Amino acid sequence: MITRLLVANRGEIASRVFRTARRLGVQTVAVCSGADADLGYVAEADFVVRLPGATPAETYLDVDALLTWGEHQGADAVHPGYGFLAEDAGFARAVEAAGLTWVGPPPATIDLMGSKVAAKRHATSVGVPVLSVTDPTEADLPLLVKASAGGGGRGMRVVRDLADLPEALDGAAAEAAAAFGSGEVFVEPYVERGRHVEVQVWADGHGAVQVLGDRDCSVQRRHQKVVEEAPAPDLPDAVRAAMHAAALALTEPLGYRGVGTVELLYDADAERFWFLEMNTRLQVEHPVTEAVTGLDLVELQLVAAEGGTGPVEVPAPSGHAIEVRLYAEEPHHDHRPTTGRLVTFEVPREAGVRVDATYAAGDDVTPYYDGMLAKVVAHGPTRTAAARSLAGVLRRARIHGVATNRDQLVAVLTSEAFLAGAPTTAFLGEHPELSGPSRADRVAASFAATHAVVAEAVERRRDRHGVQHRVPPGWRNVRAAPQVTRWEVVGQEHPHEVAWVPARGGGIEHPSADLTVAGVRRADDGWRVDLTWEGVASWAQVVLDPAALPGHRDVFVDGPLGSVHLREVPRFTDPADAVASGSLTASMPGTVVRLDVAVGDTVTAGQPLLVLEAMKMQHTVSAPADGVVASVAVQQGVQVAAGEVLVVVETDEGPDR
Amino acid sequence: MSETTIHDQLDALAAEHAKAVAGGGEKYVGRHRARGRLTARERIELLVDEGSAFLELSPLAGWGSDYTVGASVVTGIGVVEGTECLVVANDPTVKGGATNPFTLKKLLRAHEVAERNGLPTISLVESAGADLPTQKEIFSPGGRIFRDLTRASARREPTLAVVFGNATAGGAYVPGMSDHTVMVRGAAQVFLGGPPLVRMATGEEAEEESLGGAEMHARVSGLADHLAADEHDAIRIARRVVARWERHKPVAPPTYDWAEPDADPEELLELAPTDLTEPFDPREVVARVCDGVSVDNPVAFDEFKPLYGTSLVCGWARLHGRPVGVLANAQGVLFSEEAQKATQFVQLANASGTPLLFWHHTTGFMVGTDYEQGGIVKHGAMMINAISNSTVPHFTVLMGASYGAGNYAMNGRAYDPRFLFAWPNAKSAVMGPKQLAGVLSIVSRAAAEAKGAPYDEEGDAGMRAMVEQMVEEQSLPFVLSGLLYDDGVIDPRDTRTVLGICLSVAENTAWTGATAYGVFRP
Repeated sequence: MITRLLVANRGEIASRVFRTARRLGVQTVAVCSGADADLGYVAEADFVVRLPGATPAETYLDVDALLTWGEHQGADAVHPGYGFLAEDAGFARAVEAAGLTWVGPPPATIDLMGSKVAAKRHATSVGVPVLSVTDPTEADLPLLVKASAGGGGRGMRVVRDLADLPEALDGAAAEAAAAFGSGEVFVEPYVERGRHVEVQVWADGHGAVQVLGDRDCSVQRRHQKVVEEAPAPDLPDAVRAAMHAAALALTEPLGYRGVGTVELLYDADAERFWFLEMNTRLQVEHPVTEAVTGLDLVELQLVAAEGGTGPVEVPAPSGHAIEVRLYAEEPHHDHRPTTGRLVTFEVPREAGVRVDATYAAGDDVTPYYDGMLAKVVAHGPTRTAAARSLAGVLRRARIHGVATNRDQLVAVLTSEAFLAGAPTTAFLGEHPELSGPSRADRVAASFAATHAVVAEAVERRRDRHGVQHRVPPGWRNVRAAPQVTRWEVVGQEHPHEVAWVPARGGGIEHPSADLTVAGVRRADDGWRVDLTWEGVASWAQVVLDPAALPGHRDVFVDGPLGSVHLREVPRFTDPADAVASGSLTASMPGTVVRLDVAVGDTVTAGQPLLVLEAMKMQHTVSAPADGVVASVAVQQGVQVAAGEVLVVVETDEGPDR
Repeated sequence: MSETTIHDQLDALAAEHAKAVAGGGEKYVGRHRARGRLTARERIELLVDEGSAFLELSPLAGWGSDYTVGASVVTGIGVVEGTECLVVANDPTVKGGATNPFTLKKLLRAHEVAERNGLPTISLVESAGADLPTQKEIFSPGGRIFRDLTRASARREPTLAVVFGNATAGGAYVPGMSDHTVMVRGAAQVFLGGPPLVRMATGEEAEEESLGGAEMHARVSGLADHLAADEHDAIRIARRVVARWERHKPVAPPTYDWAEPDADPEELLELAPTDLTEPFDPREVVARVCDGVSVDNPVAFDEFKPLYGTSLVCGWARLHGRPVGVLANAQGVLFSEEAQKATQFVQLANASGTPLLFWHHTTGFMVGTDYEQGGIVKHGAMMINAISNSTVPHFTVLMGASYGAGNYAMNGRAYDPRFLFAWPNAKSAVMGPKQLAGVLSIVSRAAAEAKGAPYDEEGDAGMRAMVEQMVEEQSLPFVLSGLLYDDGVIDPRDTRTVLGICLSVAENTAWTGATAYGVFRP
């Protein structure tokens, strides 16, 4: 019997496992790196293993440290979560060798299914179709290069021209080797308009194998799932039955134990599917299955790990559940990860809504790990109902401090294309309008900027530290020009200016338009501002970051038009701080893994200069124009912060002085 | 004379302010901007803290003279890095920012404000120096400008000069006498004598940059403490300089809860008398200027001696949470009782260290045998004695009439209130125009009678009309403001804000109530 369960993972999945453990009366042991020490999941556990360092290799991937310190804390079982060591048979063996209970399938099964090549062989042997190509020709294009040991899109490359194949293989191998320790890659035909459908199975380790349900995870960006739902929509009964049967056929011969997921690629037009891979662990998106079945998948994992026997009663799916992954990233910048302090993080908790969060307000989102802030799951009677409810919750969520994909998720959930039926994996690529700043965003920014100025005026008047105590802001007895407040709209290219003149009562007016401040009052951590603009009433909740340096204040505005992050545009810049033109800066924090140029090199536009690895993805920084490398500010292997100058390329026009 | 309303007067005020803002006019402002330079007010807007209030002083200086309204300089009180400062900015679009007699008066008044209130001084310099045609009027008194700057420094009120362009001859001493200097590269030129004068004096062919350029002063002469890349950079540096002064006000601001006035300040426009023969109840003004009822201020206005000397309302109130004593004329005329009441009230305010607000609508002290016999002169003298020797901050607002000894007794300009502002309907003179003309008429008639000469009634009527009109014109607020007899004409609805700013400014110097007065003759 498991009495004290160590979760060799972090964030929301650790919380998730602890929740079930607590309910069952099992004590818990959390593991945390230095960077994660303040996260909520750590405080939830009964015992903590603190591992110095921040990189995964120093912490969540360090098998010896995990087991040594886990045993010190009296753990008698290990749950690996997902990612990190979840599909590392060596870790599973080490856990078992240490005499602890491994919550997962036997190591041999992990080995077999963990190798995508071997797994495909196994699928073929049980009669499940697979996609494969050993010697690709023009006819097989496009192709997908994948890492054998991979997952989460890492090491994946789409190849549309055979000439690009060698480079894609090398790149994928390098990324895979860095991420998973194995550079083995393989090639398969790329079904562009396929759907990602997966079947959730459970086995008791004594021969009982059951299908718990299916899911659709087709909405993906960079081959990573962002929207997942259960049951898989628009699936003919026969196809669904065949998929379930295939999943059972695959799993039954394995001597499987615990939960697992059989991932399939489904071509809806042809009503055909192929086996992709089997994940021998709990999936990120397991909550949608839990929502429609009422099962606790973690509990089932623990039952199997403790030698319990099935079968369990599996209810037919009730209603529909959709999960979204809320990421710290900028969708319109190729899903570039963002980091920083999560100033506010409030997702409305409502009936039928589940939030599994890694981060809470006040936490720092660091560049060391996956940037998923939380999973938000809505369960409703129908797919449409679930999507609408989830979009509503997301819209009303207050997320301040780091940019997220929230607007994109809302756009997806409310789009006609999504609501019309099951999307394909090409969905986001085919609907770029869902990922960019919409017109509404710009209108929202304009309203937000005005609301922010009103709130700032009120706050200025109250908190002027005794100087001009309570004097109306911006007051002038001789008026020359209106006051102008400039905001950077974070995530948008153009700054926003608000011209205003002081109103006698202490509020503000617009120099030409009809602007009336209808009311300003304290609300939560900010101000609720009601105003009327040309007769139209609007309101917003405005939070002025109190900790910011003067002239660099962040302002967060939430309202029915959306959420806007504004930042004061400093009135002055020190000429010494100006960045020379031609400077290439890091778009995100990361490590310089390759440096291809030196000072004095002549470069051509588009030529790769260096490769930055951030959030396990490799980003190539290329020359913006023809020119000469004037300076190189970094070396291979150094860690850089977002905005840091990497290389300066002097173009023909010369650096701007 | 046609009936003018307060709205006409406010429009006229806005028009006069617009003249000051326009400076040298489109052509010269355009030329100035074309050289990549900011106007005086733009420089000030950049200098002061975002969203802070700026109280311009003497914006109508030079009104009614041959000089441009505003007198080629902007002065005022602004907040820079949380520090209230006197800001002085030459307007280079008006005759190159040259100093004329009104400029000088305005500068000297600004320095007086800085001295009385312990404010640091920031000079935004771009001036051609003295307006040579009027040199005889400015040369001798003009030296005080430099004396004031160094004395301010000696009082530990920091001085900072930011030089954007010419600072020639006397102008060179503004940076020269300031504690801190910032000069804009390629623009600032600071020298005692420019190339023409140098050639005249010594025959040397000097080049402007090496004679007084910003680079030279930063690297060679050492007159420039900071070299700025451009105007924005100069103001950025200036703000950093001020931030390092680490000024802390000696008087803590109040922490009381406060409320906006109980009555709508907009209604002050209806209350402001355009016919100055009409008295009005100043309590109505108090209710629209001072704090309304709040938790910490359960009664908005506590009157002192409400049943005695009822022609002068005295009482205690708060403004932006700051305690104030109010003296306001109720029925225009001051009698012995009012003077005695005021004398006691001023002493009480000094006993508690409470600042005083004087609100004028007075035609002066009552005349007549009964009143003279009742001691109106000695009682008026007591009032003037108390006010003259009072050491709490005083602020004066001319709401309507301000005539005769009433102006003195109510702390007129000659009594050095910290600040004095007028409403656009106010008038001030030794007596009302009609009375003055009438008095002149009576005196002439008496003289004629004494000589036994016949009295020219027609001439008398003409003389009276002329005098009446002259005095009427001379009593107008723009005239008085043009002559620097107030610190500005304000919209009555802004009275609360102006007084609020002034009260805050006053907190830059500590005060204690007076312990000694002149000999009273009760």
